[in-house]
Parts: sequence; structure tokens; C-alpha cells
Amino acid sequence: MHSVSEASAQTTGRYRLLGHPTDLAGHVATLGPAPLPSGNARGWHEAFVSVLEASGLAGRGGAGFPSAIKLAVAHAAGKGGTIVVNAMEGEPASDKDKLLLIRSPHLVLDGAQLLAAATSARRVMVCVPEGREQVAAAVSLAMAERAAAGCAPVEEVLVRPPDRFVAGEESALARWIESGQSLPSFRPDKGTPLRIGRKGALVHNAETLAHVAMIARTGPDAFRAHGLVEDPGTSLVTISGAVEHPGVVEIDRGTPLIDIANRATPTGVPQALLVGGYGGSWVDPVHFTTPYASLSLRAIGATAGVGIVIVLGPDACGLMESARIAHYMAGQSAGQCGPCVYGLPAIADDMTRLARGHVDAGLMARLERRLREVHGRGACRHPDGAVNLVRSALSVFAADVATHAHGTPCGWGSRTSQLRFPPAWRAA
Amino acid sequence: MSSTDLWYATRASGLMALILLTLTMVLGMTTTTRARARNWPGFAQQEMHRRISMIAVVFLGIHVVTSVLDTFVNISWAAVVIPFTSSYGTFWVGVGAIALDLMIAVFVTSLLRARMRPGTWRAVHWLAYLCWPVALAHTFGMGTDSREGWVIVLGIVCVASVAAALAWRLREVSRQTSARTAHAAVAGVPPKHLALTGQGRRGSRRA
Amino acid sequence: MMRILIDPVACDAYGYCAELLPEAITLDEWGYPIVDGKPLPRELVDTARRAARDCPRRAITLRERKGGR
Repeated sequence: MHSVSEASAQTTGRYRLLGHPTDLAGHVATLGPAPLPSGNARGWHEAFVSVLEASGLAGRGGAGFPSAIKLAVAHAAGKGGTIVVNAMEGEPASDKDKLLLIRSPHLVLDGAQLLAAATSARRVMVCVPEGREQVAAAVSLAMAERAAAGCAPVEEVLVRPPDRFVAGEESALARWIESGQSLPSFRPDKGTPLRIGRKGALVHNAETLAHVAMIARTGPDAFRAHGLVEDPGTSLVTISGAVEHPGVVEIDRGTPLIDIANRATPTGVPQALLVGGYGGSWVDPVHFTTPYASLSLRAIGATAGVGIVIVLGPDACGLMESARIAHYMAGQSAGQCGPCVYGLPAIADDMTRLARGHVDAGLMARLERRLREVHGRGACRHPDGAVNLVRSALSVFAADVATHAHGTPCGWGSRTSQLRFPPAWRAA
Repeated sequence: MSSTDLWYATRASGLMALILLTLTMVLGMTTTTRARARNWPGFAQQEMHRRISMIAVVFLGIHVVTSVLDTFVNISWAAVVIPFTSSYGTFWVGVGAIALDLMIAVFVTSLLRARMRPGTWRAVHWLAYLCWPVALAHTFGMGTDSREGWVIVLGIVCVASVAAALAWRLREVSRQTSARTAHAAVAGVPPKHLALTGQGRRGSRRA
Repeated sequence: MMRILIDPVACDAYGYCAELLPEAITLDEWGYPIVDGKPLPRELVDTARRAARDCPRRAITLRERKGGR
């Protein structure tokens, strides 16, 4: 597994997710017990919901959806549901959830217990993919500590879904729990709650739950003391690529992208930054000072996505790296929807030709058409992520597109990739 | 109507039903997915399949009714749907009853298609693959006209059509399965020249 | 205003919907339907209902969308 570094101690203020004691006793001694309801359930519920709303917490799993609204939808689905802790972390360049569960598992589980109390759920299921044994061991140990100490009013269970990109999509996760099939569902009506069987399911990224647990203890103001008004709090970001100190950092939302990248000491002047992972977007040097926040990134045509920043060094080919990503994303399709199953490999193929300079007359027009046609026509957002990645590559590396399209590629493409791909994929 | 008229009606409508059922089978088996023949009117073909099957059912109805009404031989209403209970031609009329039962199942479920689970509908619809050969066996097993030259030719043409359609269908199914698998295989594996692990040559910037 | 909604998981690219409603549905290069985003003109609603009813995979539903987009 790629090495991860300790969270930097530079995180400002009292509010942080990493750096607390890992064991239960230390966790409770440092942060206090989780503020679960003890008497007046209705009063507690109202207080909890208002704290969550006031904090402005948005999901840290990639969609950035307001957590208070998600809670309200799940609450409406009735009692007896499941709180699903999504630690699937399918993006190969992301380590934040692994690190969080190894270092601060009790924060994540506290967050799950708090949401369980708020929705009268009957169980908490932590989803760690097959093969991530270090994370699974840490979670099991933490669960055992909690069960022994009586800190788990709602049953906590560890489950091991398959290690695939789409397995972490929330409807695929719910479906896997229900029937063993890791396949996303077509959900045209936003706002209908997820279900496992007849009961509701509330799926949250592990980091989001850690924030819930912190906010419930410290109050919304400590969270809002960081970040921006429209995108408050902190985020865990994994930095990789052409850097000397890859790893996970905890930053305030709104930190300029280049400041985040610099925390890992880039080896040269970055050609571009990839923000949000393989379903995210490339960012041009002219936008390196953009704040890491949803609206700011959307304004430059990028998405915050999952907390990932990948540095593309000076001696790399952005188009070839993007072609590799496109092939990877094509291979990770769940295989349910024609535009994704056939469209993503076709786009990857076009990108490869472009990257190698084997350009036929119709290639650019064909690629643009395919990008336009594939977007939005899958059941889940997987093809959209791949399309956005490729579109951003064509935009940010436009100069390269021009030279490659004339049959004169840069030649950096045959170098070893600066990107991370799962071992099984690399070995093929 | 005289018994002879009824008898002719039974035989004629039976042969018509066989021809129309054969046509229905062929139209049903040669549907494609993924619009392989891009300008082929697939929806119109499906409509034809449906309408011809309804006409076939009409002829089948005439065939069944006239055979019961014909007093020359004793076939009761019950024997038409309960196999092997007819006193006349017990075995082959029974085979016909089996074919009729299967036909009813296919027909009724298709009328109620919108109200049932797709998997159920499809499973019952596939009984057509059983129904057709059983109907063919009944036609030639009853023996009334099956030694006539033109009837034999008719039978051969029906069998050949269904066999050809079946061969085409099986080839289509395997072609589409392998297309999907091929796509998945290509998509899941990085092409060698993408040099993920530095197997490619270390290039320098070309002019 | 009525809109055509296609379930991409159920769809198996039979192409019947595009055959019936070329004004609103075209097929991509792999045979899968692309629905243009515009609301359905009233004269096409009956044909759309038929396409929905006769889709072999029951992948089409028709939705009422109130207002503009």
C-alpha cells in the first residue's frame, strides 16, 4: 500500500480529525464521550439537527451534499434503518478514509452512532473493501473496545464489499448489503431515501461522520471557524503525484490549491493539478490559486469531488496520463448501461490515439461527440466523472492537443506513469 | 354445416394455424438488440409478430371448435385442453391439447404483459419454443393429410424456416455476448503501450 | 409538460422507441437512445405512451414535469 504520512500539525485551531488518541480510553479522555441522547429524546433530536444545520457540513465523499438535508430525508424513511459507513474509497489516489479509520476510528463510529440515534436506526454497518486488512483490523479492534465498554448503543458491524470503484457508490453499497450484488441503481427521483429491504439506509462517507462527531461535541462555531462561509470546515486531502512527501493533510476548505500541493513538496514546477481524483478535473496553472471549495472550483469548470490533489510534474504527458485514467475508468464500469460500457472504452481509445499522435482526421470531432453523448446517460455518475476528466484534459492540455493532433506527440507519454493505479490493474 | 364441411374446416384451419405460428416464431426469433441492422424497422417487426400470432389464434380457435362440433368423431371440449382424454385419436389429439395449453399460456401472459414481472413473462413466453414443435408433431401425427405431397413440402418449409431462424438467433446471442466481453476485457486491462510500470522506453522531448 | 425517462440499466438497445419517436429520440453509435431534453409536444404523447408500453425491457416511463426545465 502506498505510504501515508501523519497529518501535519499545522492544522490551525482546535478543530481537527487527526492527531487524537486512537484507543477508546484516550479518545474519550481527550474529546469526551459522544453526546448521545440520554433522556429527552425529542429535545436531543431537535438540538442535534439544529447543530448540524448550523454547521453547514457537506458530505466529504465526493457529492458534497448538505448533511442536514440528507439526515432529514433518511429520518422520513422511518425507524429501524441502517447507518452505512462508506469507507470504500474507490479512488486509487485517495488514502484519507483509510488513515482516518486507522488513526481515529472512534470519531467515525461516534458519528455513526449519533446519526443512528437521530434516525432511530437499528444498526451501523462499516464497509471496508476486501483486501484492506490493516483498515479492517483497526475497525474490528475499535468495535470490540466499544462493545466491551458499552459505547455502542446501536449494533456495529464490519462488512467487506468487493474492491471496485463503483462498489462505493451509495446505491450500489445499499444493494450489495441487501442482495450481494454490487450494482448502482437508477434513481431518477432525487430525494427518495435509499432502502435496504423495506427499511431506510443513510450512507455517509467515513470522513463526514468524523465531522459529525466533532461538530456534535464542539458545536457548529468551531467548525465554521475554519473554511469559508459557503463551504465551511476542514477537509482531509490526499496529495500524490510528482511530490516528495505524498500523504494525507488536513486543510481548511478554501485553501488555495497550490498551497495544498506545496504541503507535499512538488519535485518540479507542476504542469497541472488533478483535483477530485480520476472522476475529477485537471486544473491549469493559471487557476492554481483557486480556493479548494465547491463553488470556487465549479466557477473554473472543476469539481471538488473527493479530497484528492495530484501533482503532474513538468516531465509528464498530461494527455497520456489522462488516457490511462480513461482506460481505468472504463474498466471500472459496473457494466449495466450501454453508454458507459461502450462509450468509456471508445473515449479511452480516442484519448490513447491522441496521446500517441496517431490521429485520424475525424478523431477530435468524434471524441467531442462521444463526450457529449455519454455524459448523463448512465444510471450513476461514474461515466460523468470520466467524461469530465477527459474534457478538462482537452481544455487544460489544449496546447498539447494541438501538437499531438498534428502527429507530433511530446514523447513524455512513454515514461512511467506518475499516477497510482491498483496493483491488479498494473499487473495486467 | 355438414360433418364433412366441419372436417374440411378443421383440416384447413389447422394447417393455416401451423403456417401462421411458424411465421410468428420466425418473426419473434429474428429480433435484434443494439439496432444491429440500423435501418431495420424492429418495432414494426414486433407488431407483425403480435398481429400474426393473433390471426394464428383465430385459426386455432376455428380448428378446435370445428373439431369438437364435428359429430363424426368424438372429441369433447374437455379433451381439447386435457391431454390424452379424447376417445378419438387419444394420443395425437392429446399432443394437440398440449400444444393448445402452451399456446394459451403464452397468449394470455402476453395480453397481461404489463402487469407481470418481466422475468415471469419471459419464462412463459419461451414455452413457445416447446409449443411449436409439439404443434408440428400433432399436425403430422394426426395423419389426415400428412401423406399429401404439398403438405409434406409445407412441413419441410416450416421446419427449415424455424431452424434457420434459430441458427441465426443463436449466432446473434453469442455475437453480442462476445462483443460485451471483448469490450470489458479491453477496458479492464491497460494497453501495453500505456507504460504504466515503465516498460516503455524513457523518451526525451522530441522536436 | 411530459418528458420521456429512460432507465439505462433496463435498456438493451432494441431501438423501437427511436423508431416510433424519431422527433424526440435518436440512437447513439451503439444503438442506445438519446432523449432530447425538450418537453414532448402534445401530438406525440400517444405515440410516446405506446413506445413506453411496448418497450421489450420496459425501460421507458413518462413523467410529468411541472414548469420550465
